[in-house]
Amino acid sequence: MKIKSWLAAAWLALLPLACAFAAGTELTVGVIYSATGPVAAAGIAQQRTLSILPKTMGGLPVRYIGLDDGGDTTATVKAARKLIADEHIDVLLGPSSSANSLAIVSLMAQQEVPMISLGGSASIVEPVDGPKKWAFKTPQSETLMASIVAQHMAQSGIKTLGIIAYNDAFGEGWLKEIGRLSEQKGIKIVSVERFERTDSNTTGQVLKTLAASPQAVFIAAAGTPAALPQAGLVERGFRGRVYQTHGVANAEFLKIGGKNIEGTYVPLAPLLVAEELPASHPARKPSLEFAGKFEAIPGAGPRSPFAAYLWDAALILERAVTPALAHGKPGSAEFRRALRAAIESVKDLPATNGVYTMSPSDHNGLDERGRVMTQIRNGKWTLAN
Amino acid sequence: MDLQTAAFLLQDGFTIGAVYTLLAVALVMVFNVTRIIYVPQGEFVSYAALTLATLDAGRKPATALLLLAAGVLAFTMEMLSLWRDERWQARRCLVPAALYLLLPCVLALLAGYCALPSVPLMAKAAVSVGIVVALAPMVYRIAFKPIADASPLTLLVAAISVHFVLVGLSLQMFGPEGMRTPAFAGEAFKLGLFTVAPQLLWVAGIALVLIAALYLFFGFTLYGKALRASAVSRRGAHLVGISTDFAGTLTLTLAAAIGAVSGVLVGPITTMKFDSGFLLGLKGFVGAILGGLAAYPLAAAGALFVGVLEIFASYWASAYKEVIVFTLIVPILVWRSVVQPQADEEEDEQ
Repeated sequence: MKIKSWLAAAWLALLPLACAFAAGTELTVGVIYSATGPVAAAGIAQQRTLSILPKTMGGLPVRYIGLDDGGDTTATVKAARKLIADEHIDVLLGPSSSANSLAIVSLMAQQEVPMISLGGSASIVEPVDGPKKWAFKTPQSETLMASIVAQHMAQSGIKTLGIIAYNDAFGEGWLKEIGRLSEQKGIKIVSVERFERTDSNTTGQVLKTLAASPQAVFIAAAGTPAALPQAGLVERGFRGRVYQTHGVANAEFLKIGGKNIEGTYVPLAPLLVAEELPASHPARKPSLEFAGKFEAIPGAGPRSPFAAYLWDAALILERAVTPALAHGKPGSAEFRRALRAAIESVKDLPATNGVYTMSPSDHNGLDERGRVMTQIRNGKWTLAN
Repeated sequence: MDLQTAAFLLQDGFTIGAVYTLLAVALVMVFNVTRIIYVPQGEFVSYAALTLATLDAGRKPATALLLLAAGVLAFTMEMLSLWRDERWQARRCLVPAALYLLLPCVLALLAGYCALPSVPLMAKAAVSVGIVVALAPMVYRIAFKPIADASPLTLLVAAISVHFVLVGLSLQMFGPEGMRTPAFAGEAFKLGLFTVAPQLLWVAGIALVLIAALYLFFGFTLYGKALRASAVSRRGAHLVGISTDFAGTLTLTLAAAIGAVSGVLVGPITTMKFDSGFLLGLKGFVGAILGGLAAYPLAAAGALFVGVLEIFASYWASAYKEVIVFTLIVPILVWRSVVQPQADEEEDEQ
């Protein structure tokens, strides 16, 4: 008994020494994802991606430490504190969702650890001042995606639009953007209905939308629940166009939607239609490379945009590590400061979500090469005409 | 709102209300007999629907494995408690062995067979219900039997833990995305003003049959009367030789059966996710509260009302739908506490 506790004490005493010894010779990357809880679909794909992320960056071996926050913001804060205090991470990739990312933005800035978030909302990095100087993000913001939707609707001569949105921050963010952008294009919003992710029935919202008889309906929802109102619309004989957000981009949505979602227009990252892109498209090559690697992971299934957010974050990091190493060793505050500055000056980096060009005023860095309009045909994503 | 819209809404409201009704009746039953506020009731709904969806996709459901594992755990606990109480005899092992070991094996084999695409949907549905129902006695044995005499509050906390364990396992077993089962009824047909989906008729029909069956069971069979006796007073039931453990097992099994059938019924009309069951159960609970967690007809009417209210709320004020449904509890509780001073069930136990 006594020997055991001595051993334990010795181990505990040596552990920080061991960590200190490791510092400077390897890059420590914390990753926070929501592999359980309500946004598990995103987190599980990201968890799997860990195994294919680059093993070395700037000539140094990379150690990834992944933690699951269960989609709970309190758990995110705990996980971030643990990664900073116990593991002395140089950079954080994640968390998976906007709410969880917003929860730790000021903590990361206070500890001077750069983070590259995988959350969708623009508010994680905008406006770039105060604590948000330390925050970056890889997914397209609502504005970028909503603008292509508004543009596409205007081009197809649509004048009236009905919206069915999630009754939460996600739906609210989209509602604001799509409302503003379609108004600019002269499209009138004739009805706005809300529903919950957990709803088992959306008949009320569907009938109300149909009563306003819009030419097109925009559904601001993510994942499989987004198929429910659309199925309702089709069953009640709606013949107009339906637009969805890029939040629906997974195989399960296609499976659940079946015939009901045939012909739907979805703004997407280039990844899902990489094969169809012209060879000159900058996202084609990185997308195909990522898709090949991800789809080879046992049990991973088809390529996931959520996984691609993490992949792109790693690409950005890879580009930034080399210049940052000139200013300090991993594990030091100088290195983290240099890394932040290096990420901010990443330019023309082709990745699966488009081309990243960061700047002191733009911590997302994507432009219109970061999205394409697709249509679901024969149960597959295809480039829209 | 025109008449046709109202007809659509009513029809959907009654359908979802019928499912809430089944859950409300199950909740009232479990509470009356065991004093457990049965939070995990909804999980049995999603387990059944998702097991069926997995079978339908041609895969072997992980619930079969869970059943085997839970069976071994329940059997071991039973044997240990027999041995500790020095009541261990070979013949006392027979029933647990059959219930916790043999039955799961049979169901697992059947599940393996049902994953073949040639098996009809009805058989798959039956096996899905079977697996979920067989899980119920194990849940009682593992989580509730050791603390059957504790206060309702302790039982509630245990029920919440069971809920979290089941949801966590559900994510592991079925993955994060929603699934839908194929409709087992035909195409929609026109009946005057209404367009009737046969699936809805199935839901309403089976709900009525189950409620009638429960009425007959509780009113006219010995087991049913035994359950009612333990509901009235656990100690009294004990004194006249009714095993409260048996009553608990039977009730939870019945509740699981109701939940599983509801799951198979709602599978085709909504998308089920690993955590969808909880909210369905919660709405059923609101319905049950309207009935004071005591009277079956009141609970059934309450749940039906919740369903209809929910649908109309989603038409008129979709952003506030959940608020409207759950706020309903407040005036009801106020009204009940005014007209009916609290009866303390604890007193006759102590």
